[in-house]
Amino acid sequence: MEERTPALSMRNITKRFGSKVIANSDVSLDIYPGEILALLGENGSGKTTLMNILAGIYYPDEGEILIGGKPVTIASPKEAFNHGIGMIHQHFKLVDVLTANENIVLGMDKEGMLDLKTSAARIKKICDAYGFEVDPDEKIYDMSVSEKQTVEIVKVLYRGAEILILDEPTAVLTPQESDKLFAVLRNMRNDGKSIILITHKMNEVLSVSDRVAILRAGKYICDRVTSETNAQELTDLMVGHKVSLNIDRPEPVNSKERIRVKGLTVRNIDGVLKLNKVSFSAYSGEILGIAGIAGSGQKELLEGIAGLQPVEAGSITYVNDDGTTEDLIGKDPLEIAALGVSLSFVPEDRLGMGLVENMDLADNMMLRSYRVGKSVFTNRKDPENLAKQVIKELEVNTPGVHTMVRKLSGGNVQKVLVGREIASAPTVLLTAYAVRGLDINSSYTIYDLINQQKKRGVAVIYVGEDLDVLVELCDRILVLCDGHVSGILDGRTADKQTIGMMMTHIKEAADE
Amino acid sequence: MNKKTPLIHITKRTDIPVSRSILIRLAAVIIALLVCGLITTIVTGLNPLEVYASMIKGSFGTKRKVWTLLQNISMLLCIGLALVPAFRMRFWNLGGDGQALMGCLAASACMILLNGKVSNAALIAIESVAAIAAGAVWALIPALFKAKWNTNETLFTLMMNYVATQIVAYFIIVWESPKGSGSIGIINQRTEAGWFPAIGTNKYLLNILIVTALTLIIFVYMKYSKHGYEIAVVGESERTARYIGIKVEKVIIRTMILSGALCGLAGLLLCAGTNHTLTTTIVDGRGFTAVMVAWLAKFDPFVMIITSFLLVFLGRGANEIATSFSLNKAFGDILTGIILFFIIGCEFFINYKINFRKSEGKEAR
Repeated sequence: MEERTPALSMRNITKRFGSKVIANSDVSLDIYPGEILALLGENGSGKTTLMNILAGIYYPDEGEILIGGKPVTIASPKEAFNHGIGMIHQHFKLVDVLTANENIVLGMDKEGMLDLKTSAARIKKICDAYGFEVDPDEKIYDMSVSEKQTVEIVKVLYRGAEILILDEPTAVLTPQESDKLFAVLRNMRNDGKSIILITHKMNEVLSVSDRVAILRAGKYICDRVTSETNAQELTDLMVGHKVSLNIDRPEPVNSKERIRVKGLTVRNIDGVLKLNKVSFSAYSGEILGIAGIAGSGQKELLEGIAGLQPVEAGSITYVNDDGTTEDLIGKDPLEIAALGVSLSFVPEDRLGMGLVENMDLADNMMLRSYRVGKSVFTNRKDPENLAKQVIKELEVNTPGVHTMVRKLSGGNVQKVLVGREIASAPTVLLTAYAVRGLDINSSYTIYDLINQQKKRGVAVIYVGEDLDVLVELCDRILVLCDGHVSGILDGRTADKQTIGMMMTHIKEAADE
Repeated sequence: MNKKTPLIHITKRTDIPVSRSILIRLAAVIIALLVCGLITTIVTGLNPLEVYASMIKGSFGTKRKVWTLLQNISMLLCIGLALVPAFRMRFWNLGGDGQALMGCLAASACMILLNGKVSNAALIAIESVAAIAAGAVWALIPALFKAKWNTNETLFTLMMNYVATQIVAYFIIVWESPKGSGSIGIINQRTEAGWFPAIGTNKYLLNILIVTALTLIIFVYMKYSKHGYEIAVVGESERTARYIGIKVEKVIIRTMILSGALCGLAGLLLCAGTNHTLTTTIVDGRGFTAVMVAWLAKFDPFVMIITSFLLVFLGRGANEIATSFSLNKAFGDILTGIILFFIIGCEFFINYKINFRKSEGKEAR
């Protein structure tokens, strides 16, 4: 390997934010032509910052970048493209009302004339070479998430990218779509392109990458040839100490029906049917997993139960321990709480819904409790104590209780949110993508917390995207497909392929 | 380091010591004064120091001028404080002018129509309630539309100003005195019915005390009350507010009633406290200047004392220059503009850091 010239080298890169935060410290990293390099690290370890430096979004404070052995400057995304570096971001940057073709050539026409025929032919050539499927004339808004991602990749290839950076590309894909993406990535690698892959999913790292580079706390730790390592070693290197990779699944004890949903039908603001006659029950002391492609109705389902989503038809019933029931339909969160139903909700949008990013930890704890008492003034002591308790028990990494939540890393934000939601001793816990964007260590903390709640007898509804985790953690798995329930499986016997199929195909019985 | 490193690149600061941010602001004021001096000399040939001296004299020259300065600060601050709850909620209430004007109108109406019919104490009580209610109603209308149909509050509150001006213009004709003058004159000049009592001989002191108390109240309300907390949550994220069961519409309406009521109070203080008359320009654009007062202070009531002082001082200084050097008033406005430009512009240097390329010589060593 020493004989080859790296396609790209980063030498002693340091990037600081303000005076205190060092995102990257003296990082040196090589990537060779024709290899897939997985970049592994916990949240806040500086992966994304490092890649943003390559993509021209940030400028390093120190260090240099060499491409093909020559030092270069990357001061803007355009210059990154000129050097053959293309980044596919987590959030797609496409114009919805334009076609794939138009999006791909956007900003490239130098003569002021669009030659869509030529570009379509070029797009076709790229697609054929690597095995993409893109219809150049399809509008973006008609595309699935995976198709949009394909357009993004073709877009950077069209611009002549030799070095591709993908930031958590599989977070939004089904297992089948992920496999397809990996096949394409391998084709590109065989064609001599360099690919840097950021991901938290260890099985993907092991199955698709050639080499793994590990960052920890902004520093480059080491690299490993993928075929000579394993998940345990990589995790230990990433975290810095030994961690266990098994997810617990205690047997449900004394399960009783807690939430009964019947024929739930929901339309969104535009009148699009998001849930179609969904029926199921959630039991105490059990984790019910919800699987499905993003946007299959998971959000509407949880928000419907939490009283945040107007419902068109159906019923949601809460069953008390003594068998009496409460009707939750048409009630807002306050009215539900007034019934004595203790329902906690960890929403998908942590900073836009679950927490207020511009408030400190203590004030965020107060969201749930500020109404308590008759005084017109807020009680700041209790939320502050709760914040201290959550920081201690969940090992939240923060300078103090008076730090703005937006300054915390993703894992710590989630710990604060989950900590607050379980502090009220709920009987029902709804979680949406509880570990999205979280590193392994934080994810396992969250699984542990959820399991503790299960053992306490809480009915947990866990909406997830990582099927590996769903089949390890959940007692039962409900699969949603386009607003329908396509089946409920036993988590102990379910396998990923079946779930993946059910996510994309509605059983005949459920057809309209 | 290679040669193509850009000459400057700008990075966002994450934290800045308070001492440093004060230093940057001070530097901005000094540079602003230097530039003003330069322009004064170039354009008018006057000695800038004399001009500055006259500016200061305009505000502090006599005891009476100092009291007028304080009165003007309190009136501006009062409307500024009224805007704080709305702005914290990200409800851009640009209708402070109209809401205060409606307060003036209500107070004048009580003073004119109830003169001699009720006792003076009752009249003061009635006109106070009426003025505060009138301001509240004027703010409630756009708030209702925002809460029910999510209309744009910026435009709505702005337009309500013009409606208020026209209504007042109408009543000035109805009540004009003497007939044909096109103005109301001093209301109840002989009886002083409905006038706020002077404390000792000072007719401004009561207003100043009321606004001082209000500053404290708003500070406590925003920082320590449950209402203040709800306002902050709704302003930061309506979705979070709904998620925890806050009724967003209710908070919008309640907060706007408060905001309008305080503008109405400002109108009351202007009409019954000091001016004892009603004109269409009695509020003097303070509803808009107050926006700047609130923003410059980042909605902190105590800092707003400083910002309202600054704006009133600049305004009065500009007038003083215009009269004592027989310059056009526009010249004073130019100076005010320059000073504000630097004060607002320095925020950039507080939020961002500019990194220069290290010189090659330094690197070589």
